[in-house]
Amino acid sequence: MKSSASAPTDAAPGGAVNTPQQTPVSRPPVNARAVVSLEGVVRHFGRFAALRGVTAEVDAGRLFLILGENGAGKSTLLRIMAGLLKPTRGSITMLGSTDLREVASRMGYMGHAPLLYDELSAMENLRYFAGLYGIAQGIDTRCQAAIRLVGLDPELKRGVGQYSQGMRQRISLARAIVHDPELLLLDEPFSNVDVQSAREMARLLGNMRDEGKTIFVVTHQPVVLEAVADESLLLSAGLLAARERGLPEYMKFPYSQRADHTDADKGNDGACPGPVEGGER
Amino acid sequence: MKRFFPFFVLVTLALLCYAFYQAMYVAPTESTMGDVQRIFYYHLPHAWVAFLLFFTNFLASIWYLVRRSERSDALALASAEVGVVFCTVVLITGPLWARPVWGIWWTWDARLTSTLVLWLIYVSYLVLRRFATGAQTQVLSAALAIFGFVDVPIVYLSIRYFRTQHPQPVIAGGEGSGLDPRMWTAVLWNLAGFLSLALLLIWLRYRLALAENAVEEAHANRALGPEAEMRSGKSDGRAEAEMRVTKPDGRGSAPQSSSAPKVGKPR
Amino acid sequence: MTVMAVARRTLAKDLRLEWRAKDAVNSMLFFALLVVVIFSFSFDPTAEESRRIAGGLVWVAFLFAAVVALNQTWARELRNQVLDAYRVSPAPAVSLFLAKAVGNFILVSVLELLMTPLFVIFYNLRSVGPVYQLLLIAVLGTWALVVNGTFFAAISIRTRSREIMLPLILFPISIPALLAMVDATTSVLTGEASPRFWLQLLAVYDLVFTTVCVALFDTVINAE
Repeated sequence: MKSSASAPTDAAPGGAVNTPQQTPVSRPPVNARAVVSLEGVVRHFGRFAALRGVTAEVDAGRLFLILGENGAGKSTLLRIMAGLLKPTRGSITMLGSTDLREVASRMGYMGHAPLLYDELSAMENLRYFAGLYGIAQGIDTRCQAAIRLVGLDPELKRGVGQYSQGMRQRISLARAIVHDPELLLLDEPFSNVDVQSAREMARLLGNMRDEGKTIFVVTHQPVVLEAVADESLLLSAGLLAARERGLPEYMKFPYSQRADHTDADKGNDGACPGPVEGGER
Repeated sequence: MKRFFPFFVLVTLALLCYAFYQAMYVAPTESTMGDVQRIFYYHLPHAWVAFLLFFTNFLASIWYLVRRSERSDALALASAEVGVVFCTVVLITGPLWARPVWGIWWTWDARLTSTLVLWLIYVSYLVLRRFATGAQTQVLSAALAIFGFVDVPIVYLSIRYFRTQHPQPVIAGGEGSGLDPRMWTAVLWNLAGFLSLALLLIWLRYRLALAENAVEEAHANRALGPEAEMRSGKSDGRAEAEMRVTKPDGRGSAPQSSSAPKVGKPR
Repeated sequence: MTVMAVARRTLAKDLRLEWRAKDAVNSMLFFALLVVVIFSFSFDPTAEESRRIAGGLVWVAFLFAAVVALNQTWARELRNQVLDAYRVSPAPAVSLFLAKAVGNFILVSVLELLMTPLFVIFYNLRSVGPVYQLLLIAVLGTWALVVNGTFFAAISIRTRSREIMLPLILFPISIPALLAMVDATTSVLTGEASPRFWLQLLAVYDLVFTTVCVALFDTVINAE
């Protein structure tokens, strides 16, 4: 199912924890294939620390889920990776560069909000944004292709403000991929999207991952991506609490629909409940 | 520097006292306006000091944008606030002088009007500082400060020309009016005294701004969790105590305690 | 894509948006009309007097209409957070500024073109001096308001009380330009003086502040 052979740098088969105490003092050898490298990323909003020291290194060509309860810092992390926010402390390297403006053309971002102009049609929106990425020749063809790829009709003249939520999310995704980026950052792409559309989007993401793109998805509905997710990064209260292959076991159950499972649910030792015997990844 | 502070205060007081003596007793009484003219010894030095302080704000803002240094931002804020205070004094002493002498409070005379515009620009700077949120406050204010100061020469030029077109009585002494040398002495002593006072006030405000920043940073460090606070070397021993007594954190919707995150057991 | 190419595209997109969202523009026009009418009620001068005060009234009215327009054009970028999409792209920030400034210039000029005949009618205005000078004053003066206004609008929408912040920080800095516009207009209308100095001052103001805006916009738009 997956292309890359090497294991993620610091995940043991059961899932390891990257707590601050375990952050090594001496730097490990730099993983030459690391497409994203975060080191001690801290982000404050006034006195509130949204991210409290996230360290991770990820390889290219995989699809990562970023999971966590509300307020864990997922969107903040994604925005920092997209270059919209700067970390208060720590460093971040994307696609081999610490200056995110340099590699902006190789990244695509889909935000929590639609990031579209309501009064313009799908093609008009895409043409404008494609132009920002320097696409000049064949711009119409590429825009149409992107819109068709997400399952919509490029001929629609209505302003996207009149689309249904699912259609808007799909156009937003089209906008993020129209310039064929190597790396995708998607913030809750499936929110308010119907099941059928979500499944199709998930399939599309899987295909793109198979082509070699690196994809990060922040979502509260990880079950949709169960078949295509390579790894899950679990954020909790601003720290990377766990990193596992595929989906965490407890999320494959009905538990996955609850975005607010607490420590009480996890039991006294902090481990998640749920039948593990016989469970296999 | 802190050790010199009491000495500095004494020097300032001494200067101000001597300057007062110079202004009130030594300087001769003005021929046409009488003793009211003595307000000039406060009006003019405050104007010069205010201008100097706004220039300081300009330089500090540029330095902040180049280096993002917290200290230069603190200096920018301090110099703007003290500058506005001194500017206010100019705007008050102007009419106080004008009223007994010319019978009018205000005439839109060139210098006074320019000072009013200057005051408006820097008050708007302070308003922006108050209303901007988050880390962007400093960058936005620094940008506005640059706009403001670049505007200053244009303000003076435009108002001067306007006044030559539409002349009005001049309050603060016309262009060509000379000053008796003994008056100059009084002006200079008052300049020294108030410059010293300005530096004193800026020093205090600057220290206050840095202290406020330090408090915010301490809070921010604390929000990172006790282990991070210890690592940053800024803890006060309370962090260790917190680690031992796990108490629930009241922050946001995260039900986690403020101690180290729970280790996930292998599944 | 070059700076100018991106700016052109963004301007085209903005003009298309203005056209589609006509209700925003229409409400601005109506606001401008109301301002003119209210001023006309407040000051009911003779023909001779009107030439003296029209300069001031007209420009104050334009200023208020401009502030409404300036807030609107940035508010559009905040809806749906679409400004984020621009910021993550490699497009240069200065292109966004130029596009917005020129777009605002066009919008405010349209408002002025609609308000001026109304003023002429209500005040029975007839200019003693040459009309082309009034045109020159209008162009230089509008750009002076719009260039700083666009920049400060980008700053103020990210503060609390966003709408009121724009006039608070724009007006003080615009005072010399306003003085120039008003006095120059009065000079031309009454024919009593040459507006040459004021035109030069406006040109210098425009040059200086356009440079400062272009230099600082990137820093300001990316300040979080």
